[in-house]
Amino acid sequence: MGGPVERPVPEDSAPEQSASDVARATVGTGSADSPYGTLRNGMFGVSGSGDTSGYGGLVREPWIPPSAEPPYGSYFDEIVEGLREAYPQTDAAIRKVVVDRDELTLHIERDHLIGVATALRDDPSLRFELCASVSGVDYLGSVNRLHSVVHLTSMTYRRRVRLEVSLPVEDPHVPSLTGLYPTADWQERETFDLFGIVYDGHPALTRILMPDDWDGHPQRKDYPLGGIPVQYKGATIPPADQRRAYK
Amino acid sequence: MTDTTDTDAYAPSRPTTEGRVYNLSGGDWDSVISAFGGSTDPIKDERLVLNMGPQHPSTHGVLRLVLELEGETVTDARVVVGYLHTGIEKNTEFRTWTQAVTFLTRADYLSPLFNETVYCLGVERLLGIEAPSRAQTIRLLMMEVNRLASHWVWLATGGMELGALTAMTNGFRAREKCLDVFETITGLRMNHAFVRPGGVAQDLPEGYEQMFVEFIKGQREELRGLDKLLTGQTIWINRLKDVGWIGVEGCIALGITGPLLRAAGLPWDLRKTEPYLGYETYDFEVPTDDRGDCWSRYVVRVAEMHESLKIIEQALARLEPGPTMHEDPKIAWPAKLSLGPDGMGNSLEHVQKIMATSMESLIHHFKLVTEGFRVPPGQVYSKVESPRGELGAHVVSDGGTRPYRVHFREPSFINLQGVAAMAIGGQVADVIASVASIDPVMGGCDR
Repeated sequence: MGGPVERPVPEDSAPEQSASDVARATVGTGSADSPYGTLRNGMFGVSGSGDTSGYGGLVREPWIPPSAEPPYGSYFDEIVEGLREAYPQTDAAIRKVVVDRDELTLHIERDHLIGVATALRDDPSLRFELCASVSGVDYLGSVNRLHSVVHLTSMTYRRRVRLEVSLPVEDPHVPSLTGLYPTADWQERETFDLFGIVYDGHPALTRILMPDDWDGHPQRKDYPLGGIPVQYKGATIPPADQRRAYK
Repeated sequence: MTDTTDTDAYAPSRPTTEGRVYNLSGGDWDSVISAFGGSTDPIKDERLVLNMGPQHPSTHGVLRLVLELEGETVTDARVVVGYLHTGIEKNTEFRTWTQAVTFLTRADYLSPLFNETVYCLGVERLLGIEAPSRAQTIRLLMMEVNRLASHWVWLATGGMELGALTAMTNGFRAREKCLDVFETITGLRMNHAFVRPGGVAQDLPEGYEQMFVEFIKGQREELRGLDKLLTGQTIWINRLKDVGWIGVEGCIALGITGPLLRAAGLPWDLRKTEPYLGYETYDFEVPTDDRGDCWSRYVVRVAEMHESLKIIEQALARLEPGPTMHEDPKIAWPAKLSLGPDGMGNSLEHVQKIMATSMESLIHHFKLVTEGFRVPPGQVYSKVESPRGELGAHVVSDGGTRPYRVHFREPSFINLQGVAAMAIGGQVADVIASVASIDPVMGGCDR
């Protein structure tokens, strides 16, 4: 057992994301920020033959969340100010502040994650007692493509904040939060299992959802979905990730 | 036959007039211990490791427990999950935003409407839209019916695991009435895909008022029956009281939310603390208890069922006529489906329009169903109070027609981390009560 299913790739199937798309997206940003999406032309994701749809001239740029400037609005200023008082190195720790859809995201340098999380948990003006969720996102095509995303909840003040650490795939190490929030234990194991993010200091970082001897990290974007073609009355329907799809 | 000495290696014997008589006797513990050199118990350091599950009727699904025992006392407990991992989150990345609902509803199969709603609330936040008020009230109504159904299954399976088989049959009978409501409204008993980004799939059917009147009456009767059957029953009380304790600090450290946290004494209910779908305008209580044991969880869950019925009554009174899907035709499903004579969802009027009169409508229908709609890039974390605690959805969009990443913060997954804290130091039989009181649903836990 283990590893993605090997199967022949039909020649006419469009890859989910072509190599040139990836390269352009990376060059386009020029920073460690992970853009959402890649540079795309046209409307229907046509590849190979010429685009006869009439929409070939469309260009869709990848989106990079804009850096928010204070005042951030809502209770977000109080969080950032409180953090600054509780953790003197805050300005070095926060790579970027994003306020989007009424949610505050702090992009944190990984060396400062423990310091920031400790201050957020323990400072009386912050009191983020509950680590609600730990998850990962793979922004394939950017420099620091693996993101470890932590959602913290302050039950005292009924506030929420998201901490995001971005990591290169060659060095996917981030300090574990299990010492601060024991609930991160299984959630970090899950993120390790599915994304290959290594949480340093975790007491037992083993796979949790996939079998122990599995190869690869299935939620990464360059890992295929798997599945086999299905035959129905003579026609063959390819697996979901190889079907022709609009992009 | 004159030999009188003990020549047999296993048992001493002596000759009698009726033949040789062997004297069989068991070993003496004192001699066993003395053979090992005196006062120490030779098996003191031996551990008994007991594997329970994943195919065990008392582990509440495909959950595997590895218990280390000293006699009947649990000295260590490990929980192994992952046997029901089906890659739901990965699958959503290859489907449209609307199709993803069909996968996510199958995660926690006992609270499908919560899965659908939390995801759709996230997608709507990304889109910057809000479902019409009638759709929101229908969602709330369905979720409360679902909370009843889920708690009935918890009671049924938990009762069965503790040997209360009538609790099981009664619980499933009561849940069946909830499923009948689902079937009438959504067409399915489970895995509804009823809540969609922008609203709900279809309006309530004709005659729903009468159905709900009977439903509420029936549920009240079932709850009365529950009190008669279990609440005062000595065996039930003895199996649950002072078993599986976990306090507020332990709950928060382990991320445990929902009825377990409220049974420990903290009135933390997202319907009150961070309201959504207009819960702040409803009149209901958040039941709590202060013991933090399995009994408290029983009390809290039963009280919650009464509160859910109160919310359902209020929601029914508030339902105003109006649309059930967002008005933007770029998002709303093109056909207003109704039940056809073949039992399938159909709309003859719509078919006639797209096939006979309007080519543009046909193109629009085709594009929306096959390609789907685009969601502006960004990420949100939406949350609802599911029957098991905080159900969160971390939804990321790259601006395309498919979710870039959907992560469910599953209360079953996180609450199961508390098993070791509840089980260690207790008896083996109490492990069953503890796990049952967490009410894990492995479909949600493993996703």
